[in-house]
Amino acid sequence: MKNNKKFDFFDKPENIKKLWIMLYALCGLLVVSDFFTHRHPHFGFDGFFGFYALLGFVSCAALILFSKLVGLVLKVKEDYYDN
Amino acid sequence: MIIDFPPPAILIIGALIVPFLKGKIKNWYVVLLPVAAFLLIWQLELGASWKVHFFGFNLTFLRVDKLSKVFGYIFTINAVAAFVYAFHLKDDTQHMAALFYMGSSLGVVFAGDVVSLYFFWEIMAVASAFLIFARKTEKAQAAGMRYILVHIFGGLCLLAGIIIYITQTGSVAFNPMTDRNWETYLILFGILVNAAAPPISAWLPDAYPESTVTGGVILSAYTTKTAVYTLVRGFPGWEILIVIGCIMTIYGIIYALLENDMRRILAYSIINQVGFMVCGVGIGTMMSINGSVAHAFCHIIYKALLWMSAGSVLYMTGKSKCTDLGGLYKTMPLTLIFGCIGALSISSFPATSGFTSKSLIIDGAIHQHLVWVWLILEVASAGVFLHAGIKFPYFVFFAKDKGLRPGETNKSMLIAMGFMSFMCIFLGLYPQPLYNVLPYEVHYQAYTFNHVVAQLQLLMLSALVFFLFLPLLKRTDTISIDTDWFYRQGGRLFYNIMDKGLNGLNRVSDQIFVRGLAGYIGRVSRYGPEWIAIFSLVPAWIVAGIRGEKLTRRKTKISLALRTGTTPVGISAAVATTFLLIVFLLN
Repeated sequence: MKNNKKFDFFDKPENIKKLWIMLYALCGLLVVSDFFTHRHPHFGFDGFFGFYALLGFVSCAALILFSKLVGLVLKVKEDYYDN
Repeated sequence: MIIDFPPPAILIIGALIVPFLKGKIKNWYVVLLPVAAFLLIWQLELGASWKVHFFGFNLTFLRVDKLSKVFGYIFTINAVAAFVYAFHLKDDTQHMAALFYMGSSLGVVFAGDVVSLYFFWEIMAVASAFLIFARKTEKAQAAGMRYILVHIFGGLCLLAGIIIYITQTGSVAFNPMTDRNWETYLILFGILVNAAAPPISAWLPDAYPESTVTGGVILSAYTTKTAVYTLVRGFPGWEILIVIGCIMTIYGIIYALLENDMRRILAYSIINQVGFMVCGVGIGTMMSINGSVAHAFCHIIYKALLWMSAGSVLYMTGKSKCTDLGGLYKTMPLTLIFGCIGALSISSFPATSGFTSKSLIIDGAIHQHLVWVWLILEVASAGVFLHAGIKFPYFVFFAKDKGLRPGETNKSMLIAMGFMSFMCIFLGLYPQPLYNVLPYEVHYQAYTFNHVVAQLQLLMLSALVFFLFLPLLKRTDTISIDTDWFYRQGGRLFYNIMDKGLNGLNRVSDQIFVRGLAGYIGRVSRYGPEWIAIFSLVPAWIVAGIRGEKLTRRKTKISLALRTGTTPVGISAAVATTFLLIVFLLN
């Protein structure tokens, strides 16, 4: 238990910064590794450089923004059905 | 030696003995029952048996083929893990409900005809509700009631379809439906209710998160996956399922992103994942059907694992809202690791089971040149990582430390989670044993350099978006309106309309007819003769010179006499004649 209390790696800002750098580096590396793939585009447009990276980025951004938008209407207080 | 015995019977009959066992023997017993059922299914030979002639129908209780066997395997494997997870539990109701529920879902899977399928289908609905009621909170009772009502509705649609189907075709056999008419659409609708296809989907995120800690683990596996089985069996290649499946994948993500309760996030992600399977059934090629079955298999494992890890958090902290949780990595590291393995698997991360199963469905779409379907499934795959892969572990175990220091959950729960984590990684690295038991032969290699890089790009950029957009994803203490609004709030609205409308009409009628008119008629018939008598006699008395107090006395006397019916015949006759005369004249 004592050991657990000391384990607060994710609370320290300097560690969070390192994790951010790692995440960016990993994403960059993955995009770069597209140079070494030999894609066989099935639909034409899915063969260009970094397609899946772009797809992941754009679709997730769109999903978050869209859910934020519908959330304006759909989100209600916890006790909505109690009254 | 081959034992030819229906596996559902082991669990259903076995459940009846549960109350007679005590202590740890009871827990060992419920763990070993599904082990026995698994072994029984393992050795069953392909074919149909246990044919019973019942009210003119030829029922088949044991139809064994590769499709029913693979679902039989996963249903029993999950049952074993769930009962290990519930090893601390002494509640007979929950154990029996779980066994009836699991047993009847095996009944659906091995049923060779629509009549016995329906029979088990209904037992499932009722038995599963007790896993919700057993939470014993007011919310759980209400959610359980709504859950049952929705399933009764779905069941009735299914029954109506089945009855018409039998009368039209003269056969009860359950095989792929070829005719597209309203009886098959009714059956399809009844099944889709259980698959949680929008708009009849809100029962799932409404009810499952209200279930008990172990109940959620069990519920997440059977209802939706028997529906997937039934679709694979009865409706392969029905294009409408492609559309429904695609809608389900996106719908699940949007709602999961809005949700605050961790178990409700997982409930919405069931809808998202079942969407992939439904889509695969709709595409209907051997590859995509294999994909749907494989994905159902892997999904049951990693989804149970996710519910187990969320259940452990709920068990230890008593909380399930993201706004109340956070920072648990410090004291629940094992639960975190197991939860993350589940989260990576559901996101189809390479080296986990989701990667080796979901890819079959997506490649199935590619092979049929379904560009839009493929694109939606890829977008949804990225979205899964967003809502279940990162959001769930991040807000529960990291995010803002809320000062909770619960410590690790109990040993049996950890063992169950460890086993399911092992299965996720094992099937991710070496899917061949699963591929071997799929309905059709598989020639597929998930691990090509191209595929792995593409998948990692998709997922890691999703992760980047999650953390970049984190301020937008800040949790709020809210719930989201889903289609259950129509029968929860809509029901209230209906009640109000009826209350204000019909009761208002009642009040008006009461005023006019009961109090007004009836009272008037009553008064007329009671005092009428008196009024007439006084009206006609008073002028005569006045003429005769009777005035003042004497006149008042006379009036009182005649009133009394008329009310009590003690008038001299003459007066009565005169009054009656006058009364009749007036009535006659008025006519």
